[in-house]
Amino acid sequence: MTLARTRVRGRVGESAPRPDGVPKVRGEFPYASDLREKGMLFGHTLRSPHPHALIRAVDVTAARAISGVRVILTERDLPTRERFGLMKRDQPVLAEGRVRYAGEAIAIIAADEADQARAAAKAIVVEYEVLPPMSDPIAALGPGAPALHEGGNVIDDVLVVHGDPDAQAEVVVQGEYEVAMQDQAALGPEAGLAIPTADGGVTLHIATQWLHEDLGQIAPALGLPNEQVRLILAGVGGAFGAREDVTLQIHACLLALATKRPVRMSYGREESFYGHVHRHPARLFYEHGARRDGTLVYVRATIVLDGGAYASSTSAVVANAGCFAAGPYRVPNARVRSVGAYTTNPPAGAMRGFGAVQACFAYEAQMDKLAAALDMDPVELRARNAVEDGDRIITSQPVEGSEPVANLLRRCAALPMPADEVAHPLRAGRPWRDPLLLPGGAGNLTHGEGIRRGTGFAAGFKNVCYSHGFDDVSHARVRLERTDGGIRARVHTAAAEVGQGIVTVCQQIVRTALEVEEVIVETPDTTIGSAGSSSASRQTWMTGGAVLAACREVRAALEERALARGRAMDELAALLDEPIERSVAWRHRPTEKRDGHTQSHGHVAFLFAAHRATVDVDLGTGLVKVVQVATSQDVGKAINPQAVVGQLEGGIAQGLGLAVMEEVLLRDGQVRNASFTDYLLPTILDMPPVVCDLVEHPHPDAPYGAKGVGEPPTISSTPAIVAAIRAATGRELNRVPVRPDDIVFGTVARSGWRIVPGSDPAMAARA
Amino acid sequence: MNDVRLRVNGVARQTAVPDHESLLTTLRERLGLPGSKNACEQGECGSCSVLMDSELVCSCLVLTAGADGRAIETVESLGADGLLHPVQQAFVDAGAVQCGFCTPGLIVAAYALLRENPEPSDLEVREALSGNLCRCTGYGTILAAVQRASRAMYRR
Repeated sequence: MTLARTRVRGRVGESAPRPDGVPKVRGEFPYASDLREKGMLFGHTLRSPHPHALIRAVDVTAARAISGVRVILTERDLPTRERFGLMKRDQPVLAEGRVRYAGEAIAIIAADEADQARAAAKAIVVEYEVLPPMSDPIAALGPGAPALHEGGNVIDDVLVVHGDPDAQAEVVVQGEYEVAMQDQAALGPEAGLAIPTADGGVTLHIATQWLHEDLGQIAPALGLPNEQVRLILAGVGGAFGAREDVTLQIHACLLALATKRPVRMSYGREESFYGHVHRHPARLFYEHGARRDGTLVYVRATIVLDGGAYASSTSAVVANAGCFAAGPYRVPNARVRSVGAYTTNPPAGAMRGFGAVQACFAYEAQMDKLAAALDMDPVELRARNAVEDGDRIITSQPVEGSEPVANLLRRCAALPMPADEVAHPLRAGRPWRDPLLLPGGAGNLTHGEGIRRGTGFAAGFKNVCYSHGFDDVSHARVRLERTDGGIRARVHTAAAEVGQGIVTVCQQIVRTALEVEEVIVETPDTTIGSAGSSSASRQTWMTGGAVLAACREVRAALEERALARGRAMDELAALLDEPIERSVAWRHRPTEKRDGHTQSHGHVAFLFAAHRATVDVDLGTGLVKVVQVATSQDVGKAINPQAVVGQLEGGIAQGLGLAVMEEVLLRDGQVRNASFTDYLLPTILDMPPVVCDLVEHPHPDAPYGAKGVGEPPTISSTPAIVAAIRAATGRELNRVPVRPDDIVFGTVARSGWRIVPGSDPAMAARA
Repeated sequence: MNDVRLRVNGVARQTAVPDHESLLTTLRERLGLPGSKNACEQGECGSCSVLMDSELVCSCLVLTAGADGRAIETVESLGADGLLHPVQQAFVDAGAVQCGFCTPGLIVAAYALLRENPEPSDLEVREALSGNLCRCTGYGTILAAVQRASRAMYRR
């Protein structure tokens, strides 16, 4: 039955333009840091310079005397003792007598001008008793380490035992690996505008990934009922996990309530590095066993994740690293111990692909090591062991609704290679090569004599949506209405548009399900039920699913109305004399909780991708030029192919960053490079052409079969690039990002601990 | 405070600013032009790119007090009422916009490039835009957008 008399444009499967594209190119899209309100004050935060210290005294007398300063709040002025945090409420709103990381908030200020607020922060006198930092997560787990929190330094501890955990094999490879701390580096700084309301509550316009989770942490800290706190999504300048946690939300509301004035807070770049969580640094100790024909027999691994000073999402990161520790391969026997530790480093939390990223770097390096030990082709070794529907991962959960990973690997291997060989200007008859294409770019003063090309492969996987029994729900309201000009639909959800394009996906689903071209996506806020977070690659599946379900209800109501009135379905103008509106709460099928051996159906579905990277490496300088990345990814269904390619290319750029340049440098708990001058991000000169192969193997539970696509590009691109550098150099390269020294001198990263893979890291001995 | 006269997007503006205030802050907080973005505020990311006397600059690195008498063009000056500039249209059509925070700076930088070099090679585009960071796209669609704009503007 059809509703539309003409073909509706911008349906599922088309590269429909995004509704916020035009305001964004005109500079008119209102990001959180652009917001202004009459009578607005500027908020600022005083942060600890020490990673670990006791606070003996805080004196704000001089700061209060600064012109324009309206209020200064320290922990003594807080309305409640409530703590905040994503999975454990373990973080004080302002430090309570003790600081656990460099950058922890001590006091907040509101002033007429931003300069005045900053000056006041400098004028606050804090007397610290400095304590020794505890920056090594393995030392923090050991017996006798001083506890940073009540209950000790273990944030979470996940054991995966599968088959015979002590199985033996003919061929064994071992390795120790390290993943450094990566920053999400969303270009939009953390920002929000809090406006006090007449009823004593507050409205917060905020750039976030999850309005309702923020609300659940903000309201108790303010001592207000949820009903008196309203959140409205402000324009979000990228997220990548960094906006899952509360940063300035509570602070801005406190200042607005204290001054009865609107308060805007917006971090500068340096403060942003201190203000949000980062990707967990990891130490990984692995052993793989296989038969001589290449069949995997077992994987044993110990993974230690540095959670930093507060828990954030560490529990989920630890669980992911454990569940996905063996990769997308059939592994009948496994013992994996994954532990997250409190340290006095900056808190670690969500970043694209969390847990899966760290594990994939290690298990894919192991697969290459195994291929070398067996003298097998790395793609063939992977394909021989790769999972397909019905195969179980090491948590015993079977894969379903997925393209066989062997097909992804073979398709990826068959994608066109980059055209150029290493151009050698000294070789007669070869074309001159633009210096911009050399490793190191125009700064490379060699004649290219030290350049070697290498190619590497990797495959990876991760869950989509929330796991392990979490009640994962998204709400949507769809309204079909008559306008002067025709028919229009309105969609309201709380799903955060952070750049990924969920607004376009919602429009396309409504256009397809209701055959109406004009679809208005209303601003997300907390007047409607939660949509969950824009994370875990889940919004298309969850909010897309909710919107589709609401559309089906609207359509059924329309059919009922048409039947009752004896009219045809396409007589919309007559049928919609009263609009039709339906709201739904949509859930994916329940997942099982974790048990003691993590043998359960804990995830709703899995996402798979394969990557191939080609690099040129200058052996003399240790500089790397990534020449091309190719990928085959099972996307289920490309609802918007252009947007899917945007996710793949953008995710690969972040994977490239982790492979060769991005690292938050820490020394004794201090961040050494909190700026875009010193924290290096890939530029357009660093990013190579990407060849994308979208494999559409629909998942039966997902709307239109569409799987999440955001995270897989970031998971296996990093190990593919490092494999390519190994192929070009012969170096071990057990750490990311790879540094020039690692290439030139063959430096190998060592934790200084001896850990038998699969054992409890609390029992580690000094190496 | 310094009394400063600027010509911003063709309009004469006058404002008083402290010595240390950047042109970016003046545009965003005093002149009601938040299109230029505040991502790094040390000249590394290009999100605040504007034209000053037709020269591409990071407005976060320009002191307003030193820009007295200059002509400034921001992203808000591009396109006519209801009509996008071809560079803006190309960014929309090529899918070069995700979160969009880098977009205004990239559009100003691409506009400046195409004015100087109407038919740039891919490598010339990459070199010209290497001062503009984008965290979302991986740059492939941005490269495509600039070439699309070049075709629309000069290679009909």
